[in-house]
Amino acid sequence: MKKTIPLLIVIIGGLIWVAWAFSPHYVLQEVFYNQFYLPWVYAMSSFAMLLGVLSLTMMHSAKIKRKAPKWQFSWFFFASFIATCLAGFIGGTQKGGLFMWMFENVQMPMSATMFSLLAFYMASAAYKAFRARSPEATVLLIAAIVVMLAQVPLGVKISKHLPTISQWILDVPNLASKRGIMLGVGLGSVATSLKILLGIERSYLGGGD
Amino acid sequence: MSFELFSNLVGAFFTLCIFSFLYKDNPFYQAAEQMLVGISLGYGLVYTYERVFVPYVYQTIVIKHEFVLIIPAVLGILYLFRFSRKLGWLSRYPIAFSMMAVGMGVPMGIHASILVQMRQAMVPIETFNLFLIFLGTIAVLLYFFFSKAHTGAYGKFVNVGKWYMMIGFGASFGLTVMARISLLIGRIQFLVNDVIGMIIK
Repeated sequence: MKKTIPLLIVIIGGLIWVAWAFSPHYVLQEVFYNQFYLPWVYAMSSFAMLLGVLSLTMMHSAKIKRKAPKWQFSWFFFASFIATCLAGFIGGTQKGGLFMWMFENVQMPMSATMFSLLAFYMASAAYKAFRARSPEATVLLIAAIVVMLAQVPLGVKISKHLPTISQWILDVPNLASKRGIMLGVGLGSVATSLKILLGIERSYLGGGD
Repeated sequence: MSFELFSNLVGAFFTLCIFSFLYKDNPFYQAAEQMLVGISLGYGLVYTYERVFVPYVYQTIVIKHEFVLIIPAVLGILYLFRFSRKLGWLSRYPIAFSMMAVGMGVPMGIHASILVQMRQAMVPIETFNLFLIFLGTIAVLLYFFFSKAHTGAYGKFVNVGKWYMMIGFGASFGLTVMARISLLIGRIQFLVNDVIGMIIK
């Protein structure tokens, strides 16, 4: 009941999915996929979001309760979460409302800035890699510099061949390495999927009995 | 002060709060970071309710009377038992239902990641570039084959795969840096044009 039935759901359901991928039969494509699986998954998925909300809420309330380091900032999480929910549920999600205003003027600038911060840290990582002075790191940096310079007008001013070299790097060695990695990842993911399907890999069921 | 300027000032304040981390970790950054998580979570919750819960759960069960969908709704609620010590095992049911899709992953994964890639790799070697791509693909694949020691002539050939990967990672690194820099330029343009520009005007 605790592990066997979930395992059987995965094995039997997984085998039906294998059949779905191979057979264009009406029962599999229409009855199983469109009439059963999709509506059921949509109905379930909204509750998965609640799991995330509950998890973060519990983590921050525990932090406040225990007065863990930097616990005061958890109040900012609660304040912004509740304010966004109230703005969305009461005011609606239409453009011009408070909900969209918060998204456009608070969430969006912060997330864009957060990602742009990575430019500085990547530059510092590149500098550290350069200081390592290994031939591999040098090749990596040269390829990166060529690709970067080819995308800006300065690169064309340095050499008119730079965009051609950059395109060659992307089309030949980059393609070969990505294809090799992709094949490895594909073989690995298929092997893992087969292990789950055959009930060998059960870690997704979690610990306990 | 116009409403647009006020909105831009709010955006500028939070942008500077995040940028302040470049100096060092500080309370402004900490507060902004938590607010980003809170707003993103609230945004996700509101949209999940509006775009998923209402049309696929509420309307189908209450308005269209498709009562069979009560079963997946109850299954979805079982997710929440993940936090219970005694009844935590109940959350395995919705997880198992989601994991069913790995069955699709087997044939689809073989097709998309293996067969299509192999078909593209097995073209007639008519140009030098195609030869280099073929050589690189084989060398990279063998680099991750650990059943044979990477020594001698075989080791030297396998090492070619490492060089190919370094060039590939460099190209990815360069493209990622450029994407981040374009975001940085966007934020600076916002601060200069939309905030300082509006204040001066």
